[in-house]
Amino acid sequence: MALDSSKTTGFKYVGTRPDRPDGLDKVTGRARFGADATAPGMLFAAIKRSPHAHARILRIDATKALAMEGVKAVVTRADFAEGLTGENWNILENVMAGDTALYDGHAVAAVAATTALAARDAIKAIEVDYEILPHVTDVDKAMAPDAPVIRAGAADASVPEGLHPNVVRYHESGHGDVEAGFAEADLVIEDHFVTEATHQGYIEPHACLGTLGTDGKGELWCCTQGHWNVQKVCAALLGLETSQLRVTASEIGGGFGGKTAVFIEPVALALSRKANRPVKLVMTRAEVFKATGPTSSTSMDVKIGMKKDGTITAAQGTFRLQGGAFPGAPCEMTAMCAFAPYDLKHVKQVGYDVMANRPKQAAYRAPGSPMAAFAVESVIDELCKKLDLDPIDTRLKNASREGTRASFGPTWPRIGLVETLEAAKAHPHYSAPLEPGQGRGISCGFWFNHGGETSVSLALSEDGTAQIAVGTPDIGGSRASMALMASEVLGIPYEDIRVIIADTASLGYNEISHGSRVTYASGLATIKAAEDAVQKLCARAAAKWGIPEDAVYWEDGFAKPSGPNAGDFAPLPIAEITATMGATGGPISGHFEATPEGAGVSFATHIVDAEVDRETGSTKVVRYTVVQDAGKAVHPTYVEGQFQGGAAQGIGWALNEEYIYGEDGRLQNAGFLDYRIPVASDLPMIDTVIVEVPNPGHPFGVRGVGETSICPPLAAIANAVSAAAGVRMRQLPMRPSRILEALDSAADG
Amino acid sequence: MSKLHVTTKINGDEVEFLCDPRETLLDVLRDRLGLTGAKEGCGTGDCGACSVTVDGRLVCSCLMLGAEAEGKEIATVEGIAEGEALHPLQKKFIEYAALQCGICTPGILVAAKNLLEKNPDPTEEQVRYWLAGNLCRCTGYDKIIRAVMDTAAEMREAS
Amino acid sequence: MHYHRPATFEDAVALATGSEGVTRFLAGGTDVLVQMRADIVTPDTLIDIKAIPGTHEIARQEDGGWRIGVAVTGAEMREHAELGRDWPGLVEAMDLIGSTQVQGRATLTGNLCNASPAADSVPAMIAAGVTATITGPGGTRTVPVEEIPAGPGKTTLARGEIITALHVPPRGTEGGDAYLRFIPRTEMDIAVVGCGVNLTVEGDTITHARMALGAVAPTAVLVHAAEDALVGRTLDEDALTALADLAEASCNPIDDKRGTIKFRTHVAGVLARRTAKIAFDRAKGAAK
Repeated sequence: MALDSSKTTGFKYVGTRPDRPDGLDKVTGRARFGADATAPGMLFAAIKRSPHAHARILRIDATKALAMEGVKAVVTRADFAEGLTGENWNILENVMAGDTALYDGHAVAAVAATTALAARDAIKAIEVDYEILPHVTDVDKAMAPDAPVIRAGAADASVPEGLHPNVVRYHESGHGDVEAGFAEADLVIEDHFVTEATHQGYIEPHACLGTLGTDGKGELWCCTQGHWNVQKVCAALLGLETSQLRVTASEIGGGFGGKTAVFIEPVALALSRKANRPVKLVMTRAEVFKATGPTSSTSMDVKIGMKKDGTITAAQGTFRLQGGAFPGAPCEMTAMCAFAPYDLKHVKQVGYDVMANRPKQAAYRAPGSPMAAFAVESVIDELCKKLDLDPIDTRLKNASREGTRASFGPTWPRIGLVETLEAAKAHPHYSAPLEPGQGRGISCGFWFNHGGETSVSLALSEDGTAQIAVGTPDIGGSRASMALMASEVLGIPYEDIRVIIADTASLGYNEISHGSRVTYASGLATIKAAEDAVQKLCARAAAKWGIPEDAVYWEDGFAKPSGPNAGDFAPLPIAEITATMGATGGPISGHFEATPEGAGVSFATHIVDAEVDRETGSTKVVRYTVVQDAGKAVHPTYVEGQFQGGAAQGIGWALNEEYIYGEDGRLQNAGFLDYRIPVASDLPMIDTVIVEVPNPGHPFGVRGVGETSICPPLAAIANAVSAAAGVRMRQLPMRPSRILEALDSAADG
Repeated sequence: MSKLHVTTKINGDEVEFLCDPRETLLDVLRDRLGLTGAKEGCGTGDCGACSVTVDGRLVCSCLMLGAEAEGKEIATVEGIAEGEALHPLQKKFIEYAALQCGICTPGILVAAKNLLEKNPDPTEEQVRYWLAGNLCRCTGYDKIIRAVMDTAAEMREAS
Repeated sequence: MHYHRPATFEDAVALATGSEGVTRFLAGGTDVLVQMRADIVTPDTLIDIKAIPGTHEIARQEDGGWRIGVAVTGAEMREHAELGRDWPGLVEAMDLIGSTQVQGRATLTGNLCNASPAADSVPAMIAAGVTATITGPGGTRTVPVEEIPAGPGKTTLARGEIITALHVPPRGTEGGDAYLRFIPRTEMDIAVVGCGVNLTVEGDTITHARMALGAVAPTAVLVHAAEDALVGRTLDEDALTALADLAEASCNPIDDKRGTIKFRTHVAGVLARRTAKIAFDRAKGAAK
């Protein structure tokens, strides 16, 4: 009898709010992050980067650098594997430029030296000759016929003929006949929207410490969202056997998608192999901005038709995403998320992945979705205004529900959009009066969520406590969530469980912590691993009692005979079974590995009040409420934290954050001074409402929560600002000068 | 380049070190003294992750040279707890989940402790402005502000 | 890089005069260290002036004015109640620079000598009529602070010259000053526009007026015409409009990542009005 602990109610541990297991280390300063590790004989590395947006590399001469005091090794592209293809080639090309520097900040060489200062001095002494090539950084310009070609032949088969070679992927989906749908509408609004690239803005720069010998055996410590991926990529880029490189994930100082990619780890390993010493490599903040992955910038057109009663008759969107000098901008995600909240008879969405001379974009919290929501939800807001309709009622009228055919194809299972809209409508925020100069905006948002390859091991100790090894770096408190779920199955206290993030040698492959997958997939695997252990515990009890295994069940940490027929035995506590396990069959552990595919999608509705200073264009967010479906909130405090964090990042994206490139193609604001993320005094308290519509694909109903929270804010704030200013804002960020310009042109018009 | 010899006090302990004149106090703490609680988030005074106090004054250790520590009293996150007793702020930060990734936490704790020593009864606005130089990207600051306010209230009651 | 910590200004001047290459004085270091970290400037000689006696003092002078030492931090100014009562605008301007952490180190003199057109304290100092004593190989002189910045990152100080103190004039009985800046966030930004206004009144009539703008030209701008526009009248709507027009007309800004010419010019007018109102209310309050 396979054990099944599935339930959606009656939890004892899940849903409580215990202290996090990493809390003490993190408040005392002893938690070890990427840059906090050391090794005997360690060298420090630094990377030489292109100052040009696009340039042929004619010559690299490191003679002077190598002659400097303390310099032990220099690497260039020649020190990495040859003959790579596909994404491995793209990653290597990004990690260390080949013939051409493709963006301002592109790595061209690296140095290892005995001190960090010596390494910094040495990269200045490396001479590089460039032939400057024409560049392009804007998405629309990069698609224009006369745009410089970033790299010919990069497009895949999805791209229709006749497009510029910088268009490298194309997506189209939908159903029905949008033209017929628009003809049924009482009002059709079509508008153009633009968003700038933003950065994940994690406070910890990328850092690693690597050792690699000429025997091909290596050790790597790094801050990453996915160390198995780092292992795989580094092995490929350095020509190693994957299993010979052991990677350990440090505590991670924020990622938000940005630490799913590999940037510096292969460089540290290449330097280590050459110097035959451990090498530490830590990015500066400027390097993080210039040479890691921001989001795509976008240019979007959205057209929606609506009847006077609020029924949407058709919707169409075109989404052009600039993804830097490599393929990969999430154009299909943007397109597929765009109309996902709505039940549409006629819908069509098109996405373009466009290359430009900027750093390779990386995932950022629901990659591609927030921009789509900005465009779509702005048009819906405008339709509601023009037709004098309530924005929540209108969304409810058109909302996707169980059984609705999704805009991108599948039929929705049980989903929670309607519940978030109803909760938002009932929230006091929605009916609170506004002060003069303020406007209120709402928006829905959607993210798929993800499962992915997952492997978890659980080992019981002699004293009846448990240690759990998971392979997904803890980026939001997941160790606590895993322990809670395991407590629920094992029936032992949360405090009796220790969860660690295992290294790559200790478990099977674990996909990156991304796609809001950890509480879902690692959680599911933890539950299954705990069930596996429980099964074995029951078997030991059965053997002791001399009854069949299926006559024993597990409850609250005890093995119990399943009824009077099974025999009259006193319940056997876990510690009694584990105390003798060496003599009763050996150690007891549980294990589970799979690629679970039942990640439930997540929807959210946000409400925001913004105040606009009409003389300066300055915006203040005065009230913010997040309503989101979590399926089941395993640790509600951390779910709230995810809601609040996503909202705050969205506020930054909407109002002040942007990559600013000069005419020369160089990034002008590669620092926290001018890349303006929200500071404490910019924000109000962020209210949260956790909606729980269980995900049928998880034993406890869990849905991922990390990403959906950043989908609605751009649109919700744009709708609030547009209401406060009395003019539609179609471009992000809505910095003060842009709001003043909009007010001016409204006054002129 | 010859190194400078510096004598200073860190978390109450007498410390001597040699450093390059260009090394910041943060470089010295992390790379020479093994005190990695202070973090480098930017190196340019924009994020506050390297916050320490120098003679009771809150500063970014990335914006001060190691050489300038001569004769000073430095306090870092490693010195906030007294033995096994956590500071009330540390307890509240755990209780409120006022941290997610935790990289900004050492700087925020040092800054918040310094605030409460100067102003035991700050308003929410005062806490927000005092901490404006401590960037946090995970939390939206909500739980951090609540934890600081509640710690202040509790410390006022206790005193 | 060589690091020195002289005990007198004479020694500091001798070190600066006698050294080769790039020399920088170090007070709070909140600009110098950033420039070093960003590889913009790595000085060959760094002269830390904080061990020189008197550099940490805020001292009331016999005439009622103030002498502010060159190593006095923003935090120390903020905590000085009497200075804040006399010159709230000046203290607030200094206080707006950077974070609490930066305030623990940054100095008025450093903000002046960094010569950023957007320096917050400089328009407030100019409006207040602050002067600087400079010592150098050629002796000692005292100049109005507006004569010190020469352009972005450049000052009129000669090699070996160093500011030894700043002097804030006596407040008098019926005066008030204010400084406002515009930034996109609420904190941590560089001013897009800054405006300092210093007024004295007799009853409702303005008897003395100075206005200076920051971030709208290569150096902070003293709007000379503000004196004529305001003196002899009260701060009514006409006066405010005249002042805003003067502010806009004084702008010679650039388009850059922090703001456009149009935006800066417009906001200079808005801030001139808002700042003058605060200064006027303070002057009237002081007169009570």
